[in-house]
Parts: sequence; C-alpha cells; structure tokens
Amino acid sequence: MTEEIAIEQLKHRHLLGLADYDAEEIRLILRTAREMRTVLDRPIKRVPSLRGVTVVNLFFEASTRTRISFELAEKRLSADVVNFSASGSSVSKGETLKDTAQNIEAMKTDVVVIRHESPGAPHFLTRWIDGVVINAGDGAHEHPTQALLDLLTIAEIDIASHPRLAEFDFSGLSVSILGDITHSRVARSNIYGLKALGAEITLCGPRTMMPVEVEQLGVRVTDRLDEALEGCDVAMALRIQLERQSAGLFPSLREYHNRFGIRLEHLERHPDLRIMHPGPVNRGVELASEVVDHERSVILDQVTNGVAVRMAVLYLLSGGSGSAVGK
Amino acid sequence: MPLLATDTVKARLMDAADVDRTLNRLARQIVEHLDDNPPRGSGEAEHVERLALVGMQTRGVHIARRLRDKIEAFEGIRLPFGVLDATLYRDDYRKRLRQPVVQPTDIPFDVDGRRLVLIDDVVYTGRTTRAALDAIMDLGRPASVRLLAFIDRGLRELPVAPDFIGRTVPTIAGEEVRVCLTEIDGEDGVWLVEPQPKDEDGA
Repeated sequence: MTEEIAIEQLKHRHLLGLADYDAEEIRLILRTAREMRTVLDRPIKRVPSLRGVTVVNLFFEASTRTRISFELAEKRLSADVVNFSASGSSVSKGETLKDTAQNIEAMKTDVVVIRHESPGAPHFLTRWIDGVVINAGDGAHEHPTQALLDLLTIAEIDIASHPRLAEFDFSGLSVSILGDITHSRVARSNIYGLKALGAEITLCGPRTMMPVEVEQLGVRVTDRLDEALEGCDVAMALRIQLERQSAGLFPSLREYHNRFGIRLEHLERHPDLRIMHPGPVNRGVELASEVVDHERSVILDQVTNGVAVRMAVLYLLSGGSGSAVGK
Repeated sequence: MPLLATDTVKARLMDAADVDRTLNRLARQIVEHLDDNPPRGSGEAEHVERLALVGMQTRGVHIARRLRDKIEAFEGIRLPFGVLDATLYRDDYRKRLRQPVVQPTDIPFDVDGRRLVLIDDVVYTGRTTRAALDAIMDLGRPASVRLLAFIDRGLRELPVAPDFIGRTVPTIAGEEVRVCLTEIDGEDGVWLVEPQPKDEDGA
C-alpha cells in the first residue's frame, strides 16, 4: 500500500518537442517505456491504466505507421480512441485548425495527438484547448515520439565499449544522421534527444539538404559518407522524399545512393556499425536492400519500441488530464 | 516508505529484532501452508513446486526475498520468486496530478496452476491488492492466491482479507505506517507517523 512518492515526473503538460525536455524527463519516459515493453510481450497485451480517458488522433497529414502505433498504444492502455483524418472531414470544407480542435474537445476528449504539415500546429493547439497535446510530427519542426523510440532502440543495443547505454547514458556514443537534414523533423528531434543523453552527433548529407548554421546545435557536419561512418556506432538514415529531386536538391536517386546510401561494403568495413531508419525505407536509395534486412539493422526493433514509447508518453502526460471527470 | 524528515513519529511499532522475529513466524506459516490441501493425484514434490512467492514493489519485494531465504534455511526448499508492480492497474488514476513511476514486473515462472503468496508491506484500503490481483490474472490463471500483509493497518475500502499477517495495527485516517527495510532504508523498523498534510499522492 505504501508507495514511493513519484518525485520523478515530467515538468511539461504536453509533448510538443524534445527541444525543451531535459535529460531527466527523457530518461523517465524511456524507463517507463521499457516497462511498457514488457506489457507488449504478455499474453494479454492490455493494462487498464487509461480507462475512461479519450484520446483523439488528429492526423492532417498521411501517416500509416505513426497513426497505427499511437492507436495501438492507446488501446493497450485501455483508452477510448477516436481517429480523425483530414481527408473526408470538415477540414476539406474549409474549417480552421482551431475550430476543428475546439469542436472535438467540446465532445469531452482528454488528449489530442496531432500530426500536421505546419510547424508549430501542436503548440498553437495548446492555446485553444485544455487537453494534453502530443506532437506526432509537425512539418519540418519536430517528431518527438520518433526520436524517443530511436533513443530506446539505441539503449537496447549491446555495444561493449558503451556499457551504460542501457541506463540511458549515451556519453561518448557516436551517432551519424544521414540524409535530408533540412526537411527532417526526425533529425531535429533526434539531435535534441541524443544531445541531452550525451551522444556525439555527426550530420551527413548533400549541402543542399543541410540547414544553415546547423553547427550551432553542437554537431559535426560533413558531406562525405566515409567521414560520417568513421568511428560511428549507430547510423541513422533518413527517408529521402522523392519529390525533393524535382526541386533540384539532388540530381538523381542513383547518384544519391552512390554518395550517401549505406551498402553492404560499409557494414563490412565497420563491423560494429548498427543501422537505423525511421521508415518507410526507399530500398536502394538511403539503404541498400541487403542493409535493410541485415542482422545489424534494428529497424523493426524501432517499430516495436514505437508502441512502448507512445504508451509511456500517454501514461505520463495523462496524469494531469483529470479535469473532465474530477474525483 | 522511508521515514520522512517531515513525519511526526507517534510510535515505534517494531525494531529490527521485532521485524526479524515476525519474518521468521511468517516464513513458518508459509511452510505450513505448503502442506494445506494437497491436490489429489499429485505427489508432494510437485505440490511444493507449485507454490511461489510474489513480492509487490517496492518493499514487498524485499520482504518476499527475505521470506524465501528464511524458508530455504528452515526447510531446504527454494521457492520460485517474482516481482509485481500493479501501478498500471490502479484505480486512482483520475485523482492524481502526477503519475506514479512504473516499476518492473518480473514473474519468471508460469502463473497457470500455481499457488501464489502475494506479499505486501502494508495492507490498507485494499485497492492495491485489488490492482495486484487484476495484474496477476492478466498473466495467467493461478490455482490460488493468498495475501501476506507484513502490517495490516485496517481501514479497508474493499473486501480484502490477508491470510498471513505480520502485525495488525489499528490506525486512523491521516496516520501512516512506515515500514523501513535495510535494503532500501538502511535500517529495519516500523513506525506509526503523522505525515505533513499536502501529500496528493497518498494512497
């Protein structure tokens, strides 16, 4: 009956991005996610902790993986789930984001998970609704739950020279993020999260896809893949959006693959290198097909961890959402 | 829960020797329970094998571990031992401003058909026990579950009755029982205290 008083708690009411989450908060989410992971391995993959909480998944942008992952996480915690996607909704009739959100909240919902093409849309929502807001990706700004699941995946990797990964201490770990950094919310959230846990980060990609003044984030920047992979423990390849080619940011997919794609030869040259990718993968572009399926690719672990991390975030943030029901 | 600097101590209920003596008695009671109602058609060895201890996070785990060691010393039987955290099954979710920390659950044996002894340091309203039972049922279908309360402080809100009790301590609302264990708190002992009011996480 007696219990530890939960001194550890998130300082934030919402998860808008990892930029302002400190290392302790990130570690609390990851530790909680690790316990959530054990729920997923049980015969009954469901716990009643969010019973009576209603979560709305507001997806203004196409997404399969993230939306299913959030929905599963919500259902594993016994929350009531409502899905909303922009197509076929009142958004196509011209309703504003604020009106959509306020109308949905007027139906007595507690948590809003939002994916939107505009950076700052989740932040904007917090001004107009009382519920908890969780960012599921906003434009090229942040995708915090993706970064958190990446951190959890890295913590599970067994690297002899970094024995403290499992305690979420990444000091000295070298992580390279490869690809279109400018347009990547995944990269941005990962930079904040990895840095908070102490990792050293190298960004690598075509100059046209590297944000200006990115060095100010305290990262190493290169446009040579061999430099990025030298001494690197984990390589995180980002999805190349095929429409960027027509924008002239790189000449052809084949040339991109030749200069920035990870191939089997790289895995042979770097026998401890692990491969990550947020998905969906363009096989033969960011990663050669054999690399995607290689035993040192942890891409599917990332997907499993996605559900656990989202359960942890929902659980930790929902504590303050009791206003609708009270005692 | 450790003794807090802000606690007003009303009584010291047990010292280290009392704690040890009580654990010895509880260990013997569990051993007696080993012999209860052997199921028909199964040998004694199998019967013993089917008993297991489950300690509830946090202090119940240490009490369970000590009981296992004592039973091993008395009888030469090493009972299987698991750790349960019922946080995700609690019913006071809506009353909290913050969420309690989720701790590991680790039950390294098949629960199906087992006779479990669920071990908690303090049994109070009965709500944690209810949550623990739900958590166990999600893991499988035990043959039976018995409840061991190191301290039973009364004031039940649910129909929960411990089968093994270290000590019954009548309390009133507003009081707290602090069970301190060497493993986490540096010393063994049980105190009746009045905590500083403000604790919104109180159970």
